[in-house]
Amino acid sequence: MFSAAALLKNALSGHTGWTPHWRKAAPKPRYDVVIVGGGGHGLATAYYLAKVFGITNVAVLEKGWIGSGNAGRNTTIIRSNYLLPGNIPFYERSMKLWEGLEQDFNFNAMVSQRGVLNLYHSDGQRDAYVRRGNALRLHGVDADLLDRDQVRAMVPMLDFDNARFPIEGGLLQRRGGTARHDAVVWGYARGADRRGVDIVEGCEVTGLRRENGRVVGVETTRGFIGAGTVGLAVAGNTSRLAAMADLRLPIESYVLQAFVSEGIKPLLDTVVTFGAGHFYISQSDKGGLVFGGDLDPFPSYAQRGGLPVAEDVAACAMAVMPMLGRLKILRSWGGIMDMSQDGSPIIDRTPVEGLFLNAGWCYGGFKATPASGWCFAHLLATGELHPDAAALRLDRFSSGRVIDEKGAGATPNLH
Amino acid sequence: MTGHRLPAGGLVDRARPIPFRFDGRPLTGLAGDTLASALLANGVSVVGRSFKYHRPRGLLGAGQEEPNALMEIGTGARREPNVKATTVELHAGLEAASQNRWPSLRFDLMAVNGLMKPVFAAGFYYKTFMWPARFWETVYEPLIRRAAGLGRASGLPDPDRDAHATLHCDLLVVGAGPAGLMAALAAGRAGARVVLAEEDVRLGGRLLAEKVSLDDADGPAFAATVAAELAALPTVTVLTRTGVSSVHDGGLWLALERHAGPDGGPATAGPRHTLWTIVARRAVAAAGAVERPLVFAGNDRPGVMLAGAVSTYLHRHAVAAGRRAVVATATDAGWVLARDLLAAGVSVAAVVDTRQAAPTGFEAVAAATRVVTGAALAGTRGRPALTGVDVVADSRTIRLDADLLAVSGGFNPSIQLMSHLGDRPAYDPALGAYRMAGPVAGIRAAGAANGAYDLAACLRDGAAAAQAALADLGLTAALPDLPATDPTPVGAAAAYWTPKAPGKASAAFVDLQHDVTAADVTLAHQEGYRSAEHLKRYTTLGMATDQGRTATVDGLAIMAALTGRSLAETGAPIARPPVVPLPIGALAGPRRGAAFRPVRLTPVHGFAEERKAVFLDSGAWKRPQWYPLPGETDWLTTVNREVAAVRAGVGVTDVSTLGKIEIEGPDAGAFLDKVYANRPSRIPVGRSRYGLMLREDGFVLDDGTVTRFSETRFLASVSTAHAAAVYRHMLFCRQVLWPSLDVSVVAVSDAWAQLAIAGPLSPAVVAALLDDGRPITAETFPPMAAAELTVLGGVKARLAAVSFSGERAFELAVPASVGDRLIRQVMAVGAPHGIVAYGTEAMGVMRVEKGHPAAAELNGQTTAHDLGLHRLLARDKDHVGRVLSARPGLTDPGRPRLVGLKPVDPAARLRAGAHVIPAGASATAANDQGWISSAVWSPTLGHAIALAFVTHGPDRMGETVRAWDGIRGTDIPVVIVPPAFVDPEGARVRV
Amino acid sequence: MLIPCPFCGPRDLGEFSVLGAARARPVVAVADLDGEAAVAAFAAYVYERENPAGPQAEHWFHGAGCQHWLTVVRDTRTHAILSVTSAGTDEAAQSLEAAQGAAPEAAP
Repeated sequence: MFSAAALLKNALSGHTGWTPHWRKAAPKPRYDVVIVGGGGHGLATAYYLAKVFGITNVAVLEKGWIGSGNAGRNTTIIRSNYLLPGNIPFYERSMKLWEGLEQDFNFNAMVSQRGVLNLYHSDGQRDAYVRRGNALRLHGVDADLLDRDQVRAMVPMLDFDNARFPIEGGLLQRRGGTARHDAVVWGYARGADRRGVDIVEGCEVTGLRRENGRVVGVETTRGFIGAGTVGLAVAGNTSRLAAMADLRLPIESYVLQAFVSEGIKPLLDTVVTFGAGHFYISQSDKGGLVFGGDLDPFPSYAQRGGLPVAEDVAACAMAVMPMLGRLKILRSWGGIMDMSQDGSPIIDRTPVEGLFLNAGWCYGGFKATPASGWCFAHLLATGELHPDAAALRLDRFSSGRVIDEKGAGATPNLH
Repeated sequence: MTGHRLPAGGLVDRARPIPFRFDGRPLTGLAGDTLASALLANGVSVVGRSFKYHRPRGLLGAGQEEPNALMEIGTGARREPNVKATTVELHAGLEAASQNRWPSLRFDLMAVNGLMKPVFAAGFYYKTFMWPARFWETVYEPLIRRAAGLGRASGLPDPDRDAHATLHCDLLVVGAGPAGLMAALAAGRAGARVVLAEEDVRLGGRLLAEKVSLDDADGPAFAATVAAELAALPTVTVLTRTGVSSVHDGGLWLALERHAGPDGGPATAGPRHTLWTIVARRAVAAAGAVERPLVFAGNDRPGVMLAGAVSTYLHRHAVAAGRRAVVATATDAGWVLARDLLAAGVSVAAVVDTRQAAPTGFEAVAAATRVVTGAALAGTRGRPALTGVDVVADSRTIRLDADLLAVSGGFNPSIQLMSHLGDRPAYDPALGAYRMAGPVAGIRAAGAANGAYDLAACLRDGAAAAQAALADLGLTAALPDLPATDPTPVGAAAAYWTPKAPGKASAAFVDLQHDVTAADVTLAHQEGYRSAEHLKRYTTLGMATDQGRTATVDGLAIMAALTGRSLAETGAPIARPPVVPLPIGALAGPRRGAAFRPVRLTPVHGFAEERKAVFLDSGAWKRPQWYPLPGETDWLTTVNREVAAVRAGVGVTDVSTLGKIEIEGPDAGAFLDKVYANRPSRIPVGRSRYGLMLREDGFVLDDGTVTRFSETRFLASVSTAHAAAVYRHMLFCRQVLWPSLDVSVVAVSDAWAQLAIAGPLSPAVVAALLDDGRPITAETFPPMAAAELTVLGGVKARLAAVSFSGERAFELAVPASVGDRLIRQVMAVGAPHGIVAYGTEAMGVMRVEKGHPAAAELNGQTTAHDLGLHRLLARDKDHVGRVLSARPGLTDPGRPRLVGLKPVDPAARLRAGAHVIPAGASATAANDQGWISSAVWSPTLGHAIALAFVTHGPDRMGETVRAWDGIRGTDIPVVIVPPAFVDPEGARVRV
Repeated sequence: MLIPCPFCGPRDLGEFSVLGAARARPVVAVADLDGEAAVAAFAAYVYERENPAGPQAEHWFHGAGCQHWLTVVRDTRTHAILSVTSAGTDEAAQSLEAAQGAAPEAAP
């Protein structure tokens, strides 16, 4: 149990009492459930399988170290301010889970509800945000519309005077904010491990074994592992894994870059998104400004970004916060986004019996981590779609019941 | 630590004293100093406070590796936080301030954090601050945030500007130390196009910081000779003050050049930086190596400094970093320093070698000072700065008094750039360091960056790397004659990354800036954070502004020792761009403020400006939104007047922003039948028709008109918002999907100015504009008629009787250069009819009154069925979107579909974004039945009207529902009506 | 990053827009356009992607240059460009086939 008292007690004994937060498990020959992918989603799924459904004969297989994919390569934003009814209940489930997460899994993930402010710069954009804000309120999700003066009072260092696209106001979700991404991974890992889940690092899945059309286990770099049910939660590698089961998915993978500045004293107390370009920014507890922008333009599995987008992100930064000019980028990185064809995720069965899919998170996967685990665990345990994720079906693409927040159509890099 | 200026030597100009201020205190340095060397020369020992425990810290290094001496430089809007004092050229008037301390550097109250050190171990915050939950945002987090962070941002808009520029070359040489100089020389002499980038103000690198001889010259003299030759070579570009920041796919490099005034301070005119994009076919990375500190208890006390840095201050700046030194070394490099310190008259209390035996060749040093071998460092003394060092050898503790402890734990080649494209360095046990084994993406490491530490080897390696790089390109380069040098021994480092002597591991710092200790690494191991990345992320090791230059490898080594694995198995340090922190403003370059995005002006912009039009940003366009008359104080008055004038008389508006695409060829009709969901091929010559385009997924892409001027020639008019995308799409159809069709597709949007002339009196105005004097009547030029003709005395023009307003209307296009003349002529001939210029807002009101969909309705989420346009869909041909538009998900009548709404109370105001809720139902998601896409005040009807998408909408005419706008606090009863509010029969266009 | 446009020579990435993987639009007889097979074929065409970690043919548009659609064969792991041809030509069709024939290796 982590607590201030435990911390103090250990401090007095030179911290010799702490033990590994998760065991370095070796794979057993067979599990009831094998989850492929030791990122936030896979670990959250295992945690809720154990905690909610009492299913503990579970392995999470990770080819590298846990959290090495997009869980550790994002801008840590959490929010549930979506537009469409297929998405809102799901992301709001996530937000509610975020709100009790640290006490639930006994790990401080620094969930900070410092607000997410989406700026608008035109009447048309305002109308679209009003539509969204009203949709949120109808779903019982908090949303507030701010005028220019209210935005200025909240974030005074924005460019209100010389901007190419003047700020007219903003849509605010006060319950949105940030969380410490790595800690979310570690917290779920520790919680799952404590409940008996095996977390197997350095174990890459190389094949899916099928018998009579049903998945019976996975081939791995550490040998065959039998499974009653296999769940894929491998953002950035979904198509490769699915191909092992001869599935072609509505997914194309792209790089999203992110950037962090040197640490500075507290400056920006909320998450701000720019409405006249692709840009979002927040400040971490360590003081670094964390920001990002648009996808790189072409499909990629290389975890690095290109110059045009980096320069555009910086230009957007200067456009919205011209005081950033003398602050310095300390580090940038790229993650592989499995972009779905409508910009929304998939939590569903696959045509292969026993094989389940958690995929297509685009660049929204981090905020979804708790609900993704919650709903995927529900699906794996019961075989039924969770009501909050009922729209996130795989067959929506063939039926046309797509969940296209941006209206960009089947062009993954535009979502 | 009592640094002081030596009476002679160095590359400083003693005739040019430079006044500057540190924490408000006036000090003086010399031209040629860095801020760091000047502080050292003034005896300043404490230069900063650490991140977590706020421990007092002194200079550790002399370059980008510096973790401690972070400063706020400048004042006001030009104040810049987190600047390494070691990288700042001293210049007159420099204002430097220490940071992350309160109230002062010497007395920092936040240092109480140090008392909590036993509690504040690695990752302590993950284990606490969880109760009560709401305390995180209100109590714990604000405290943590205030204590964390480093310097303060100015908080003011950056007043300077930065430029972007591009260079192309055969060979980029990164770093102008001995290896880089030889590489550039070899390639430059061979006639290759060379760019040599050096972050320092002068070329030479370690040649400026060590006592070496090259033939008859010393280091600086040799560097100056090579620099002079490079400057004279026609194909060589030398960039100083230019740090290479990153490398990207395709041989693109970013390098930041700092522009300086004559005294090394910021440039007073022109840009502050130029960010170069260097397109290089090959590169030699000769960025040197970073010395490793030793890890032992008390190793963070001011006065503990890297041996190489002590050497830099000594030779380059003529500053002795202390009066009585101890040199602790795991390599021969420490002995070289001891020799040089002695030669400069600095007392050396001892040379402490962690190896069992003293190296040969340093007998003179051994004779002049005490030598302790097989030694371990047990601790340091002094508060705040160093006064003594405790050493353990042969189980005996030796107390040494010293104000300077120079440490050397070996070197890490600087190969960060070489990992930017995803390659990982490998641990080389012989070298005792990570290195990049071979060329990576055309980049070769050379010199110390390649593990060649001896000067002769370094020179040779640089030249050979250039030769090999040029050979890749089919160019031949000769190796320059290399000068004779004395051997500069380094020897393999005896690893000294784990504290070897008693002393608290919790006082043995690995990452000085982030206060990560050896004990923290141990704790990470104990708690299971053992991979390189877990170690980094759990402890924050290597994530500070020095980018882990002195910390990461030591941290990995400690972890390797704990796990019993080799360093090769433990993992490799991966550098992410940029190599040196890069100002956001420089990366943005000239795209600042109003220049963030281009501005597009229509050919009639000047006319609108003269009339004091209010402009709307529509994509990149500036479009006249309305034209206020003197005395009109609110926009609604103006818009109502404009609408009324058009509906009763005539008005003109600028529609030049519409996309215009010409489609010509024998297969033009067949092509358009593929692109449009209806049948443009059936349009008669001289007529226009409404056209609807789908995406291949069946949703609506765009709408507009198609006009046929001849059997083989069409003009498509597409919406402003989608103009570029639709043109791209049409070219895709033409070039990729149906390449065999004999048709040309050309965008002519910018070639034409286009005006809409609308209103019952428009025919007379149009007739008066035409050269041929033809009558314009319902018979001679009916709605949807189109013609090519001339206006303004021989200017070719295109006229189409199309209407967006619902009035009798025409669109008249002329070459863009004539647009201004045309609108003035329109106003002149329209004057007798009372013509008004109207803007996008009035246009919007009239189109809503007519129920025409526009951008808000064509938002990419709507289908032809949603819009009531499904009758247009041709079923007897294939076209883009044909098959998928028929799917149940797109045709479900339960989808929200387009209707009109009007308020029950005629005085009520409707606004877009409200949702539609059944009367009497609660405002919940289950009762959400749609939303208002467009809402306007209709001056024609005298009440608000709206277009909305409502579930089963067309089947619910007359039903009263509610426009629920909870976010703005209104809830208005409205009646569902057909979307066409004004003249639903379309009689008015036929006048 | 420079793209070797067959019409313009090496040009900066910023001049191009990318549609993603190149695919062949289904050819269906008009009489069959309302059939289930047509819907299945078009849904597969529009939505499904092989998404290989390795060489793949893509459609790129050189909007700030010659305004040609290009078939770019590229390795998605390294960003190396293997060929660029004018889309819709026989040459492009060959490069597309060649890319599909090349066995993609395991994901990075």
